[in-house]
Amino acid sequence: MSRTETPVAPTASTELTWPDPCETAGTVRLVAPDGTRLAQEALELSGHGLYAAASARVTPQELRAMYRDMALTRAFDREATSLQRQGELGLWPECRGQEAAQIGSAHALRERDHVFPSYREHGVAHVRGLPLHELLHLFRGTQHGGWDPTAHGFHLYTLVIGSHTLHATGYAMGVQRDGDVGTGTDRDRAVVAYFGDGATAQGDVNEALVFAATTNAPVVFFCQNNQWAISAPTTVQTTVPLVERGTGFGVPSVRVDGNDVLAVRAVTEAALERARAGGGPTFIEAVTYRMGAHTTSDDPTRYRERAEEEAWARRDPIERLAALLRAEGHADADFFAAVEADAAELTAGVRAYCRALTPPPASSMFEHVYADRHPLVEQESAWFQRYEAGFAAGDADADRAVAAR
Amino acid sequence: MTVTTAPAPTGTERLPLAKAINAGLRRALATDDRVMLMGEDIGRLGGVFRVTDGLQAEFGTQRVVDSPLAESGILGTAIGLAMAGYRPVVEIQFDGFVFPAFDQITTQLAKLRYRSKGLLEVPVVIRIPYGGNIGAIEHHSESPEALFAHTAGLRIVTPATSADAYAMIQQSIASPDPVIFLEPKSRYWDKGEVDLSGSGVDLGPDGWRSLHHARIVRPGADLTIAAYGPTVATALAAAQVAQQEGHDVEVVDLRSISPIDVDTLVESVERTTRLVVAHEAPMFFGPGAEIAAAVTERCFHHLEAPVLRVGGFHTPYPAAAVETEYLPSLDRILDAVDRALAY
Repeated sequence: MSRTETPVAPTASTELTWPDPCETAGTVRLVAPDGTRLAQEALELSGHGLYAAASARVTPQELRAMYRDMALTRAFDREATSLQRQGELGLWPECRGQEAAQIGSAHALRERDHVFPSYREHGVAHVRGLPLHELLHLFRGTQHGGWDPTAHGFHLYTLVIGSHTLHATGYAMGVQRDGDVGTGTDRDRAVVAYFGDGATAQGDVNEALVFAATTNAPVVFFCQNNQWAISAPTTVQTTVPLVERGTGFGVPSVRVDGNDVLAVRAVTEAALERARAGGGPTFIEAVTYRMGAHTTSDDPTRYRERAEEEAWARRDPIERLAALLRAEGHADADFFAAVEADAAELTAGVRAYCRALTPPPASSMFEHVYADRHPLVEQESAWFQRYEAGFAAGDADADRAVAAR
Repeated sequence: MTVTTAPAPTGTERLPLAKAINAGLRRALATDDRVMLMGEDIGRLGGVFRVTDGLQAEFGTQRVVDSPLAESGILGTAIGLAMAGYRPVVEIQFDGFVFPAFDQITTQLAKLRYRSKGLLEVPVVIRIPYGGNIGAIEHHSESPEALFAHTAGLRIVTPATSADAYAMIQQSIASPDPVIFLEPKSRYWDKGEVDLSGSGVDLGPDGWRSLHHARIVRPGADLTIAAYGPTVATALAAAQVAQQEGHDVEVVDLRSISPIDVDTLVESVERTTRLVVAHEAPMFFGPGAEIAAAVTERCFHHLEAPVLRVGGFHTPYPAAAVETEYLPSLDRILDAVDRALAY
């Protein structure tokens, strides 16, 4: 589609050939949708030879680990969606279809790196070692967070779109001030901000790019372009390819097939290494597709075509890696069965954990508002406790009245 | 970690309020190398009001940072730096320019401790020159304190004197909570005694926590005027005039708008039985309404008159040519005093 064309939804739902945006020149793709690696010579010609070389060094063991992480993430995601449908969660943002973007990028991280997610990065959380069930506190409404952001270098989810890209940039500026870049040792670390195509329209994301570029902060902007910001296609956010957003700010940018886990891993690793070495920020546009709804509260059938979903289903990231593993002899039926069994075990545990999550005491709402005493909060908290105690006393009075009758 | 860049100043000096803040910032920078200043034009220029004058030359461009012209960016990166262990003190150039950062302040900064159940600390100080009466053009004279006070998780304080400015900026930086430090720009050039040998942080009966304590700056028996920031001096002037007219007026400097030291006000009103609240911010949904409600709830049987308010009108801050009619002037405060005493 040209820049000036108005996007029009196709009328014929029988149309099954949906354009593959990753076939655009310049988009890094190492593995074709059918699971075969692209020829090294062709990649050299397109300037992606280094990425291919890096991905060639990925061991069969890590390939299997990435497959397992993707499969577990999808199983968890499906389970959480079901839990929402059964009324156990208030809301769930599905990540189905985006597993390669998340697992591939997360596999490039080191322990000392720090992640600032949006609210759909369940796969990244999993790779960071965060028990997936801990994500449910937020969506079941028992907490606003639910995990320790420092324990796994994985910040709390951020619901106001794009706000956290500034936190990531500021944190990276802190890393830089601490001298944790460019030492050439394990001390070096980087920061990643995950956000979507919709977020690129936000002022905060643009300001984050300004700050990151002008301070040379060790931050990687990882944009998962999943094609839709709730019901609005990417064309509502931008008239140029999103990857160009970075270069305009002086931030080197790269576009990658977000459903190709090896390409994502290679591109993110290069960006992280650059950041850790003191080379500054990178903007990555991972072109992927959100197969489900934005959240369980919307209905994609109202705004997008079945043909589009089917075309993207044929580019499924998990199927692609499974095909590669089979074709290269790295995994057999037993491996896939074992992963399936692990997934079943994970989801059963998640279901039990979720249902056992009970509301905290109401008085906990007064905790952690301030670090130190704030008379108003103390006063309201004390009032609330008296109020609640009054109900208990009232109950006792009522019981006595019934007994006396 | 501690660094020493220059010997700490000692003794008492008579300083304008702006210079007192400068001295407080200098001391905080010298005491704790996690402290850093960020903002537009605060480096070589020293800020448009010169509050940070000379600090970049003394502490370097990494400690006193000229930020891009992007308020949300300044606040958002300050939040990230605070999470990384730094103590950013950001300057918003003028009150009316804080709104591009409103989202970062209210949805992020104020709530991160709460959301993380206390696991994250974001000790960011936001310095905002606020209020009118300097003949400025639009967006340069506003008093947005009520907008922030309505958001839990933020502390909002404002000094009225040089001594408090010196102490309270250091107390704000030492606070583990986010603090909005409102600087009464019309009083930047008012001079007062400042004891530079004190760190400020250890002032008060219970350390920096005294940041929220109001202070009775003029005792009186007939009526209490509660004011803060730029209006304290006007209230004191009104009390002096009232004295000549035979009325003994007490003046309380609130110093903190979130929290409000209601106890001190109640103690005062129980003695004087009348209360006038004066501030530059619009009265409607303003701090005066909160104070009137809080004091009335606790002092209903002591009050001889309704709590009266003097403040800005429900208009945008007007053009400078008529701003003196908008502001709580000496005459308007005295008018309220007369009305309260007439009950």
